[in-house]
Amino acid sequence: MEASIASFAYLVAAVCFILGIRGLASPETARRGNRIAIAGMAIAIGATLLRPQIATFELVLGGIVIGGAIGTLIALRVKITDLPQLVAIFNSLVGLAAVLIAAAALESPSLYGIPLNDGLATHSLVEIMASTAIGAVTFTGSVVAFAKLQGLMRSPPILFTGQRAVNAFVGLIVLMAALAFAGWGTDGLFWALALAALIWGVLVVIPIGGADMPVVISVLNSASGWASCGIGFTLDNPLMIITGALVGASGAILSYIMCKGMNRSLVHVLLGGFGGETEGPAGDAADRGPVKAGNADDAAFMLRNAGSVVVVPGYGMAVAHAQHALREMVDLLEEEGVRVRFAIHPVAGRMPGHMNVLLAEADVPYDKVVEMETVNRDFPSTDIAFVIGANDITNPSARTDPSSPIYGMPVLEVDRARMVMFVKRSMASGYAGVDNPLFFKENTMMLFGDAKAMCEGVIRSLE
Amino acid sequence: MAEPLNRDAAAIAERAGQLADEAQRLAAEAAVLAHRAAQSDGPATDPLLFGLTVFALACFVGYYVVWKVTPALHAPLMSVANAISGVVVLGAMIAAGPAIFGISKILGFAAVVLASVNIFGGFIITQRMLQMFRKKGG
Repeated sequence: MEASIASFAYLVAAVCFILGIRGLASPETARRGNRIAIAGMAIAIGATLLRPQIATFELVLGGIVIGGAIGTLIALRVKITDLPQLVAIFNSLVGLAAVLIAAAALESPSLYGIPLNDGLATHSLVEIMASTAIGAVTFTGSVVAFAKLQGLMRSPPILFTGQRAVNAFVGLIVLMAALAFAGWGTDGLFWALALAALIWGVLVVIPIGGADMPVVISVLNSASGWASCGIGFTLDNPLMIITGALVGASGAILSYIMCKGMNRSLVHVLLGGFGGETEGPAGDAADRGPVKAGNADDAAFMLRNAGSVVVVPGYGMAVAHAQHALREMVDLLEEEGVRVRFAIHPVAGRMPGHMNVLLAEADVPYDKVVEMETVNRDFPSTDIAFVIGANDITNPSARTDPSSPIYGMPVLEVDRARMVMFVKRSMASGYAGVDNPLFFKENTMMLFGDAKAMCEGVIRSLE
Repeated sequence: MAEPLNRDAAAIAERAGQLADEAQRLAAEAAVLAHRAAQSDGPATDPLLFGLTVFALACFVGYYVVWKVTPALHAPLMSVANAISGVVVLGAMIAAGPAIFGISKILGFAAVVLASVNIFGGFIITQRMLQMFRKKGG
């Protein structure tokens, strides 16, 4: 009887989670969706507390209280600009939890009702093996991604000679340990597998550069889902299988969208080594002709007299924390009667949807933020494209120059606007290490300086 | 005279405690066996096949639901995915719950803590983000 109550509660919870994600189809339904998902989680935990396997509550409730307090504190304190790091570290926790639960299942299978006839059945060992390997790679991979995003570790690719050979070798060890564990199922092989997978997780992520993090985070997010899925199979828990599949699918789709946004294959991104974020102009920029630089007053004058402006934010805006100053600037322009919209490239920033959240934080209404496909049609009738902290995602070489490393990448076609303003710290090339010919165009004005300081300068000049 | 009696009492109490633990363990095993016996009645459902069925259907649901998410909300999508993948807490709770103390109980406790950080942290940060998405004048 208790078992069927729990099963029914899990079904309700699964429906709640699906509705929670469904709510994200629109900002209007998203908050309600999140509350439904929270209710689902509460139902699932409540039903589990009633199960006969839980005989003592100290560690169970103590764990929930301790973990809940830490999670609440982090989530309330974290700055919105630090969101990508937060998602990375949360991914890592699920990975580690999956490894620990797999270890517990191996240690006391009877707790979970896992059939034991002369050792665990092969399918149980395969399930434990899969969740351990995926969970361990997710754990250390996410920790490295976190360290890169938080600035604890160099963000550009970390490369050494023979790196791919080393990675392939350790990958092979993971594979062999996995097969051996599925065959014999000893504790020793379990820990060998976990250790090898932990090391491999570090090795795989260190050669991947900062601007590829949207893909890395999505892939790790997906992996954390598949790890929970594996645990669900081991424990015969349909709710964990469903949730794992939802999370896995979500991460996989985001990875696909991010790769498409860069016109690169997932394998190409994950092999790493792309983009050195070089300082100084790439190649022979000096031969490309003169650059027209302006200051905040010039920019303010032109912006105020424009009919329509499209703002294109990039990671530089996040680094400079310029979103609030930018919104103030836009408010002043709108008071002057200028029509302002924001255009967002799918891979702008360090995680999917990064720019949207930053603009929302600065109280930019979401109906003023438009996606790439929509806005590209409107650039020819736009007076000024105001690019702030972005570079590669506006580079016209992606459309015109087949020899460019970013050729074929979908870009925001700001060059079709009557005028382009670039707020940038220097002439440095973007992440992909390629020159942006837009800097040298007749109707481009470079605004050198910190993104936030530049917006504040324009505000002073407008007032 | 009183001291050996106390000692005996303590020994008996300890033995009784051990027996109680033993009984609880046997009861848990019996419950598991009963559960499996109940499952083996009726139409035969191999748990692995059942799991695979659920998995395949859930992948399709996930695929269609996630494609409907507006790109503007991809960041909250990731954080809510973080939160719900904390559902592994259910497995961790069962490892942390039994009356007998063992390695799996410690592993379970650690996993409960980690998964709870995800659940609370993930849902709260998602709600914080979603609060910020406002319409013009809203």
